Amino acid sequence: MDFALSEEQMLLAKTLERYLEEECPITRVRELVAERAGHDGGTWKDLSELGVAGILVPEEHGGSGLTLLDSAATAESLARGVAPVPFLGSAVMAPIALAAAGSREQQARWLPLLATGDCRVGVAATELVSTRDGAGVEERSGCLHGTALMVIDGPGADHFLVPLAGGERLAWVDAQAPGLSTTRLKTIDRTRGFAELELDGVKVEEWLGEGGAARDATRRMLTAGRAVLAADLLGACARAIELAVAYAGQREQFGRVIASFQAVKHLCAEMVAELEPARSLVWYAAYAFDAVPADAEKMACHAKAHLSEIGPFIVRTAIEVHGGVGFTDEQNLHYWFKRVGVDRQLLGHPDSLREEAARLQGWVD
Amino acid sequence: MDLSYGSEYESFREGVRRFIAENKASAPRAGIGVASGRAGGDLIGWQAKLIEHGYAARNIPREYGGYGAEPDILKRVILDEELNAAGVSRGIGGQGPEMLVPTLLEHGSESQKRDWIGPTIRGEVVWCQGYSEPGAGSDLANVQTRAVEDGDDFLITGQKIWTTTAHLAQMMFGLFRTEPGASKHGGLSYMLVPMDTPGIEVRPLATMTGESEFNEVFFNEARVPQSNVVGERGEGWKIANTTLRHERTMLAASAQLESALLALLALMKEEQSNGVRAIDSPLLRDRLLRLQSRVLALKYHDLRMLTARIRGESPGTAALVTKLAGCEVSHQIAALGIDVMGELGVLYEGSPRERNGGRWQALHMFSLGLIIGGGTAQIQKNIISERGLGMPREPVAQFQLQEQR
Repeated sequence: MDFALSEEQMLLAKTLERYLEEECPITRVRELVAERAGHDGGTWKDLSELGVAGILVPEEHGGSGLTLLDSAATAESLARGVAPVPFLGSAVMAPIALAAAGSREQQARWLPLLATGDCRVGVAATELVSTRDGAGVEERSGCLHGTALMVIDGPGADHFLVPLAGGERLAWVDAQAPGLSTTRLKTIDRTRGFAELELDGVKVEEWLGEGGAARDATRRMLTAGRAVLAADLLGACARAIELAVAYAGQREQFGRVIASFQAVKHLCAEMVAELEPARSLVWYAAYAFDAVPADAEKMACHAKAHLSEIGPFIVRTAIEVHGGVGFTDEQNLHYWFKRVGVDRQLLGHPDSLREEAARLQGWVD
Repeated sequence: MDLSYGSEYESFREGVRRFIAENKASAPRAGIGVASGRAGGDLIGWQAKLIEHGYAARNIPREYGGYGAEPDILKRVILDEELNAAGVSRGIGGQGPEMLVPTLLEHGSESQKRDWIGPTIRGEVVWCQGYSEPGAGSDLANVQTRAVEDGDDFLITGQKIWTTTAHLAQMMFGLFRTEPGASKHGGLSYMLVPMDTPGIEVRPLATMTGESEFNEVFFNEARVPQSNVVGERGEGWKIANTTLRHERTMLAASAQLESALLALLALMKEEQSNGVRAIDSPLLRDRLLRLQSRVLALKYHDLRMLTARIRGESPGTAALVTKLAGCEVSHQIAALGIDVMGELGVLYEGSPRERNGGRWQALHMFSLGLIIGGGTAQIQKNIISERGLGMPREPVAQFQLQEQR
């Protein structure tokens, strides 16, 4: 009985952090995303070899068959390094949907490709949470028509997962299918890629699950995505605090390091006091996904909502501790600020997640 | 991470439920806020039953009157969940069982453990904490109340303040300056003082809540045996920090926050404005959910800290934030309780139409006291940044030095 990451999980996180520090430090991230926002193929290939892409894929299909808590530990490490890789869509949401709703044949066909990182999946989950600008995808005589906004990990994807009718059906679509066009979207965060899909009579490659199975798989995928985004927020915040404390220990004003001013120390203490209990919340939400199904959806909503509230406070405070230099492009703090800014809006912003948590507890008429 | 409920835990939970069902009639109700003071007969009887079944003083060794079980965080969670859900008291808490007892277990002599732990956990002896003084608040090590050696005894002279329950307590644990030539931190001893010692006078200190939860305690050559020192002479600061660590955990215990949140939920389902229940107002409901996020975070944070303690690991910075984070949530829960009642939220002192005995206002004010007491929020931030993050202390201000010259 214990409430802590296992030694293996801590080792995994350390390995990833060391890899990113050595092979993809922030100076390298800057170069990679300077031309075009989104994912770096080389980094994703390396990380896939370290097991990141196949972390949730069952062992029989070539993955590691680990739990969502392992994914959360991974997400924390990736966010610390603001790694430009398609982890959320390809390594979390897609394998969970396939494992939950795919037939044996579908799983055998696609999961091994996900495990090696060779198949990248864009997930059109935005319309599950809210539809805007008339977006939405529907089926007419066997083909898909419509628009999907803010498709996660869309640029460079080989396939797309497209939920229909609020998740009642789940379509697996080839990115090269005729009638499908992809527009790269630009967000504040250059370390992740988003695309808009326009579907004009697109043939569905696979339907995943029938009836209830697709609905449940969509819920699972959404819940896992939220918990992992909470972990991403956690990692980004943890790194921002470290950077702020380190900078305060070096920067001198009025003849002493600014870390000796209570005004600065208290900002740092406030950041930590927000983050540490939140870390425990994220761990439990990820753990509950596999071990306490009755708690999973509610906890993912709470974790994502809460981290999305404290996240912006922490990254802006970390920038303020740096003073003017924190606001510059060169100091790099904005990478974590922007990562947090995007995480907050994805898969349900905090207000809607809290409302969902209330509904799950029967508190809404 | 493993919180799986094996059959052992299912049967433990069954046992707790059966116990509650059989004893609910005689069980005192759970309150919101921090209950302190001398336990009534019903609470003492309830506590005895809880200890007998291993539902209180669970990990205190049997030879000192506890149940003697190995620490098990899951059983503790189950206990809190079931007792909270039934709305019955989780037993006797407060400064004796939650602060002094762990300190004695860590630092006390064998006879001190035998003499005091049993009566304390049974609620027979109520303790107060003699730390703060008029000149030793945030700067606690500046304690000036002196204990002068006189034969086998000390003669204590000076004043303590903010002494919770001193008017009800039979005993005080506290810090006294026993080594006059020693350094500020090295001159203190941690001592157990009977409150009926001649030369001790207790004066209640009325606070903003309208109650007198605190006291001033005056010492005029009060005679206490030297054998009442816990640990070594001059080591009081170190030992007091053990107690303070437990106090900061106690003041923000998440089980307390959970039961306050449940009471708030019940209020919101009950209270109506313009015919609409508070829980059906999206704005008020959102505030409830924000607080629930925080209470859940602190609940799992407690499990994480408990795990570290059981494994003998240092939880580091994470352990230092509990008091700061928890007391604030308590204050905000009370604030929402008041807002839910609108204008009627201000009713107090047993007024007609007052809800829940005015306890939301009382908790709102009392929790402000908790934000300050046990080390102010600002001192907590110093502790987090200095001990946790390794940031340097603020140097003594220049103008003070110039004045001294």
